[in-house]
Amino acid sequence: MSLLYIKDLKVSYGGIEAIKGISLEVNKGEIVTLIGANGAGKSTTLRAISGLVPLKDGVITYDGQVISGQSPQKIVSEGIGMVPEGRRVFPNLTVLENLKIGAYLRKDDLTPDIDHVYQLFPRLKERSWQLAGTLSGGEQQMLAVGRAMMMRPKLLMMDEPSLGLAPLVIRDIFKIIETLHEENITILLVEQNANAALRIADSAYVLETGSITMHGTGRELLDNPQVKEAYLGKSKKG
Amino acid sequence: MFDRILPYLLAGISVGGQYALIAVGYTMVYGILRLINFAHGDIFTAAGFFMVYLTASLPMSVSIPLVIILTVILGFTVERVAYKPLRTAPRMSVMISAIGASYLMQNLMWYVTGGLAKQYPVLPWLGDTVQIGSASTKIVTIVTPILTILLVIALVTLIQKTKIGMAMRAVSHDFEISQLMGIRINSVISVTFIIGSALAAVGSMLFFTNYSTVTPTVGAMPGLKAFVAAVFGGIGSIPGAVIGAFIIGIAENLIRAAGYTAFSDAFTFALLIVVLLFRPTGLFGEKTAEKV
Repeated sequence: MSLLYIKDLKVSYGGIEAIKGISLEVNKGEIVTLIGANGAGKSTTLRAISGLVPLKDGVITYDGQVISGQSPQKIVSEGIGMVPEGRRVFPNLTVLENLKIGAYLRKDDLTPDIDHVYQLFPRLKERSWQLAGTLSGGEQQMLAVGRAMMMRPKLLMMDEPSLGLAPLVIRDIFKIIETLHEENITILLVEQNANAALRIADSAYVLETGSITMHGTGRELLDNPQVKEAYLGKSKKG
Repeated sequence: MFDRILPYLLAGISVGGQYALIAVGYTMVYGILRLINFAHGDIFTAAGFFMVYLTASLPMSVSIPLVIILTVILGFTVERVAYKPLRTAPRMSVMISAIGASYLMQNLMWYVTGGLAKQYPVLPWLGDTVQIGSASTKIVTIVTPILTILLVIALVTLIQKTKIGMAMRAVSHDFEISQLMGIRINSVISVTFIIGSALAAVGSMLFFTNYSTVTPTVGAMPGLKAFVAAVFGGIGSIPGAVIGAFIIGIAENLIRAAGYTAFSDAFTFALLIVVLLFRPTGLFGEKTAEKV
C-alpha cells in the first residue's frame, strides 16, 4: 500500500523548471531511494514534499490525503519527518534542546522518545548538554536523525545523510537507516552515494535534470549497466 | 572629588538603563530577522505620546498598563504591515521599509500633536526626590537600573528556559529548518516585536520622567544611542546590548562631569566608529559570517 504518492510533480524556481513532472511511489515499510547527480532535483523533490517550496503542478498524497499546498507545520504534524541536507542541527541549541525542538508540536511527555534516541545514539547522551555546534559531523548527523524521530514520523525523508562524512561514519549512518527501517519507519532516502543507497533500497529512482529516467528495485539498478557507468563508477570493469 | 562625580555617575547608570531597554528591542529583532528596525526609536516616542494623551483623561493606574499594551500593538502592527510582506524579499527592501515606517510614524506624530512639545505627566513616586550621599536625585534614577536588570534577567530566562524561547533561538538561526520542526516563524517574530515594544514602553516611562517633554523626534537620539549600544555590545546579543548601553550611558555622563558636555554625543558616535573599525562584531557578537 502506498504511503506517499507523487503524481506529475513540477517545481520551478524563478522560471527555471527544476522538477519536470515526476511521479513516484513510496510503499509503507519500504526504503525508497532517489539517486542522481548534483542539481538533478533530488533535494527539491524532498522540499516540495515537506511544503517548503510551492508546487507548480502535480499532486502529492500521503496516507490517502492530499498534502500538496499544505504548510510545512501541517505536513510535519501528519508524520513526515525530514533529515535535511547538511544536517542543519541548531548549533546554538544544546543536543537535548535540538531533540526537544524536534517535538515542538507535541504536548505529551517526551522522556520515552528522548531515551529511545539516546539508546540508538549513546554518543548523543554523553553530549546532552553540549551545544550542537560543537559536535563532529557524524554526531550532528545522528542528532539530525534523532531530532526528526522526535515527532514519531511514519515517513522519514533523508537528504544526503552520508555527505561529507568519513567512510566508517557512513557505514554507521546506513546501519542506522536499516535500524529505523526495522522499527517500521518508511524511508525516502536521497543519496549521491548510490552504491550504499541501492544496496539497502527496496525501490529506487534515478533522477536526471528534473526527470525520472530509471526505476526499479535496488538490486535491479545496482546491476544496471547504465547506472553502473554513471553513478557507481564501475564502467571500466564493465 | 567623588562627591562631584556621584550625581553624574548616578545619571549615567540611569540613562544607561533606559538605553538598555531600547537596545534590547534592536538587538532581538536583529537577532531574528537580521534587520535594523529603524522604527524602534519612533515606537519609543509613540509610547511617550500615548502616556501624554491617556493621562489626560484616565488615572495613572490605568494609563501605565494601557501605554504598554498600545505600544505593543503598535510594534506588532508595524511588523505585520511593513516587514512581514517582505519576508522573502532582499534584506535591503526590508531596511528601506523600516526607514519608511519610521518617517511615517514621525510624521503622524507631527500631524497629531501639531509639532508642539507635550508635557509628560509626572509619574507618582518615580518623580520624587531622594538624597544619596551628597547627591540629590529623582527616585527614577535609582529604579531604572534595578528595573532594567530585573527585566533583562526575566527576558534571558524566557529565552533560555521556555519553549517559545527555544523556538526564538531556533528561528534566529534557521528559518527553514524551524518551519520543518513545526514552528510558526511569523508567531515567533511577532513575539519578538511584542517583547521589544513592551520594553521600549517601560523605557519611555523612565526616560520621560527625567526628560519631561515629548516631541515627535525626541526618540531619535536615545534610539540612535541604544542602537550604538547594541552594535557596541555585539548586535544580536542581549547581554551585550545591556552592557553596551550602561557603558555608553555612564561614559557620556562622565564626559559631562569632566566639563565637555558638548562632546558627550560625539563620544557615543566616535565609539561606534572605533568599534566598527576594530571589532565589527562588538563585545559579545557572533563571529559567524553573514547568514546565507
